Order: sequence, then structure tokens, then C-alpha cells
Amino acid sequence: MRKKKNTYLLIKGLFKGLAITLKHFLKPKNRVDKGIQSEDYFSQRTGSSTLRYPADQIPVPEVGRYQLDIEMDDCIVCDLCAKICPVDCIDIEAIKATEDIGKTSDGTTKRLHAAKFSIDMGKCMFCGLCTVVCPTECLVMTSEYDRSFTNPQELNYVFAEMPEAEAAQKRELAAVAEQAKKEAKAAALANSAINKEGQI
Amino acid sequence: MAFYFISIVLLGFIAVYALMAVWAERKISAWIQDRVGPVVTGKYGLLQTFADIFKMLQKEDITPTLADKKLFLAAPILVFTAVFMGFATIPFSPTYISSSINIGIFYLLAIVSIEVLGILMAGWASNNKYALLGSIRSIAQIISYEIPAALAILAVIMLFQTLNLQEICMQQGILSKQKIYFFGFWEVSKIGGVFAWTIFQAPHLFIAFIIYFIASLAECNRTPFDIPEAESELVAGFHVEYTGFKFGALFLAEYAMMFLVSMIAAVLFFGGWNTPLPNLASFALADYTTGTYWGIVWILLKALSLVLLQVWIRWTFPRYRMDQLMTLCWKVLIPLSFVLVLFSGIWKLFILN
Repeated sequence: MRKKKNTYLLIKGLFKGLAITLKHFLKPKNRVDKGIQSEDYFSQRTGSSTLRYPADQIPVPEVGRYQLDIEMDDCIVCDLCAKICPVDCIDIEAIKATEDIGKTSDGTTKRLHAAKFSIDMGKCMFCGLCTVVCPTECLVMTSEYDRSFTNPQELNYVFAEMPEAEAAQKRELAAVAEQAKKEAKAAALANSAINKEGQI
Repeated sequence: MAFYFISIVLLGFIAVYALMAVWAERKISAWIQDRVGPVVTGKYGLLQTFADIFKMLQKEDITPTLADKKLFLAAPILVFTAVFMGFATIPFSPTYISSSINIGIFYLLAIVSIEVLGILMAGWASNNKYALLGSIRSIAQIISYEIPAALAILAVIMLFQTLNLQEICMQQGILSKQKIYFFGFWEVSKIGGVFAWTIFQAPHLFIAFIIYFIASLAECNRTPFDIPEAESELVAGFHVEYTGFKFGALFLAEYAMMFLVSMIAAVLFFGGWNTPLPNLASFALADYTTGTYWGIVWILLKALSLVLLQVWIRWTFPRYRMDQLMTLCWKVLIPLSFVLVLFSGIWKLFILN
């Protein structure tokens, strides 16, 4: 009696298995990706599981932390990002300008030349702290996540690099201006000292 | 001349069929598993297997140092030749059969068994423990499953009283010289169509078909009986050491074998080249759709549907364990098929007379 029942269950099971595979076989073959922000993200059960990657891509969230990018025109070379970076992947060299060199799009005056601005994405830990501290919001994380290189050197993104000659010239000018400022300051101090003496 | 022409056409057909079957299998398995399968090469990835075979032919042909060189070379040739020889006695249409010998089905059973020899040669010559284990399993399996397959076929040929496959086909349609009865009570010799097929001539023959189909899966080394190849245990079984063209030949033979057993099933149980459309009063559909070209179309459709069923089953069921495999064969299928043979005799003696 028991054996009979087992045989019945076995045959029933075989057909059930075939029905399940047939159901999947007849399912639509296109993949529908709604992205994590959609309401029914976890109930997407239709379509195939294959993502035909370069052609189709999963929508990424707007606040996602992927590749860093900087708009150099808006950068005031304040060095805040380099200071906050936990892994020191941002390398900045700033040279003081002799006069204001322009304005950023939000109206902040730029007073420093960026002789060097590079971010080593090989070191970056994608914490996003640099984008938080950036006063002009020129340093952002983009939604691009699939960059890869054959040469590790290319992971060091160079956003600004002044030619050495120009940088040297700028440095000299800055040094001269600094010297002049120092002298003016010393003279002013001396002046004020004489004035003070005179008062006494 | 016609003989050579047809054999070359058949070889070409089998080669193209095997490539398309591999493509279809990949596509079907992908869809069953909610993937998309090959899509890049050609429209719907149709050229994928052609690309694969060209890659395979260009590959280096490696023979293991400790292999038995002669047997290693002979095995794939023997396996493919054996399977290809099987097509000789398959009737493709009322007018065409390569070799209308009167021991047709007996010859086919013998031919199918020769493949075992090739598999043993491949496993032994590779000098690899996985290959040898795979071939030992394969032999145990195929020799065991020959018996229920042969007995199920015997149940059919007892009713037809002939071993010639062309005559078996004849007796399942409107061209029959004998009277055909639908389940023994309704004469359908002039109506033909689906009613005259073997599986509807006696109630037990559908069970005979199921037994034959299960046994044929085992003889093709297809899942759920693919323990000779068992990827998760034996890497690839008997063909683990084969590369390049020799591997291609073994692969081709596997798919040709699937087609051959499906052809046999179509001829024995589903009317061979007979049309499924019956003559309905003045609509003589069966008369219209019986002929040389229609015959080829029908038999290919039937055989390919059975191949499709094999593929579907492969991607549904898990693999049997060795002892379960033997239990199924010796304790279930063989007693059942003996009962069918007995039933066939009773049917022939008492119902059809």
C-alpha cells in the first residue's frame, strides 16, 4: 500500500518538475530593472536574470559613491579635501596668486593657483568625506562605477598640473610678493614702534 | 549513385542538426534557468555553435603521453560511425529507406550497443581514472538498459510481426495492407492519421513507449542517467582527455545518438513518416499529406519533438545515483516490460483475431 502511494507521488513529482521548468521556459526573456528606489524592487520576479551588461545597466542611486570628479574651474584650492581624506589619496600643491585670479560659479574669489591636483583612485576608499567638506561643491562623486585600467598608474587621476616652468615663475612671483609683503609688514611694524615710542 | 548522394546528404544533415541541437539545448537550458543563452553571435546567437566548432577544429590535438594511442584515436571514430550506421535502416518516407533489410530493428539494437565499445575504448585508452570510471559506469548502464528497451520494442514488433522498419511504418497508416484497429475495436485502416499510430493500437503500448524512452535516455547518457559524464563527480567522464576534433566527434555522436533513438521511437510508436492528420469523411487529409516529401517532414518533426523532450527532461531532473539507476532498471522497468510482452501476446491472440 505504502509503495503504491510512493510510486504515485514519484510520478506526480516528475510531472510537477516538468511543469515548473516549462513555466520558466515560457517566461518573458527581457530583463526589467527598476532600480533600488522603486517600490516593488524586491518583487521583480518576471524576465530573465541575465543582465546584458554593456547594453543594459542597473540604475544606480543618485547618492551612490563611485568615481570622484572635480570641476577645476570652481576649485579654490583650499586643500580641505586633502586634509580630511583618511587615506591621503588627494595630492594638492597650491601657489598663492599675486592678485585675485577669478571667481567660481558661486561667486567665491579664487586666490590660489593649483600647481597640482591629483586623486589616486587606487588608494581611495570611497568614503565621500572630501565631497562633504568641499566649500564650493566642485568635488563630486559621479555615478560612473565601471572604470578599469591595465596600467595602475592610470588610476591616479590628474585634474590639474601646471607646467614646471610656469609653476616656477608663479612661485617666484609669489615669493617676491611674499617678500614685499614681509618688508611692508616689517616697515609698518617699525613705523608703529616709532610711533609708540613717540607717544611715550 | 543515389545511395552515395543520400548518405552524404544525411551526414551533412546530421552535422548541421547536431550544431543546431547544441544551440537549441543551450537556448532551452538558458530559458529554463531564466537566462538568455547565446545572443551575440548571429541572430539569436544562431552562429554560436558554428563559432564553437571552428574554435574546436583549430585547437591543438593533444594525446596524453601514457594513453593507448591507437585506441585513443579509434574510439571517437568508432562511436560516431556506429551511430551514423544506425540511420541506414531508418525509413524516411514511404519510398525512401537506405537499406530495407528484414532485420532492421534488430540491426539497430546491435548498432546502438557498439557505441558502448567505443566508450569503453575511449575510457580505457585515456589512461585516466575519471575517464575509466566514467566508461565503466557507462557500460554497466547501457548494457542494463538494453534489456528493457529491447523488451519494449519486442512488445511492439510482436503486434506487427516484422522486424523491417519500413513495414512497421506501413502498418501504422493509410498505406497499410493489414487492418488497423484503434484500441482493438475501431477499424481505422482507411482513416489513418493519429488514430493508426502504434501507441493507439493497443492500450499497453504507451507504457511500452515510456519504458523505451527512459531506456533510450540511459543509452544516450543523458540526464537523469548521465552518470558516465557526471560533471560534478568525474569532470567529463569518458571524454575527459579528448580535445579538438576528436572531442567534436564524440560530441557530434552524442547528439546524433539522441536523434537516432528519437527516430526509432518515432518509427515504432508514433507512426514514422505517417501523417498525424486523419481522413475525415470527404476531407481526405491523410491522403493529401502522405508522400515522399511529407513523409520526411513528418518523421523529422516527430523525431525532433522527441529530442526536444529529451532536452527538456535533461534540464528538469537531477542525476540518478548508481544504485538507484540499477534499481529502476532491474526491479521496475524489466519486470514491467516482461508484463508488456505478455500482454502483447494476449492482445495479438485474443483481441486482434
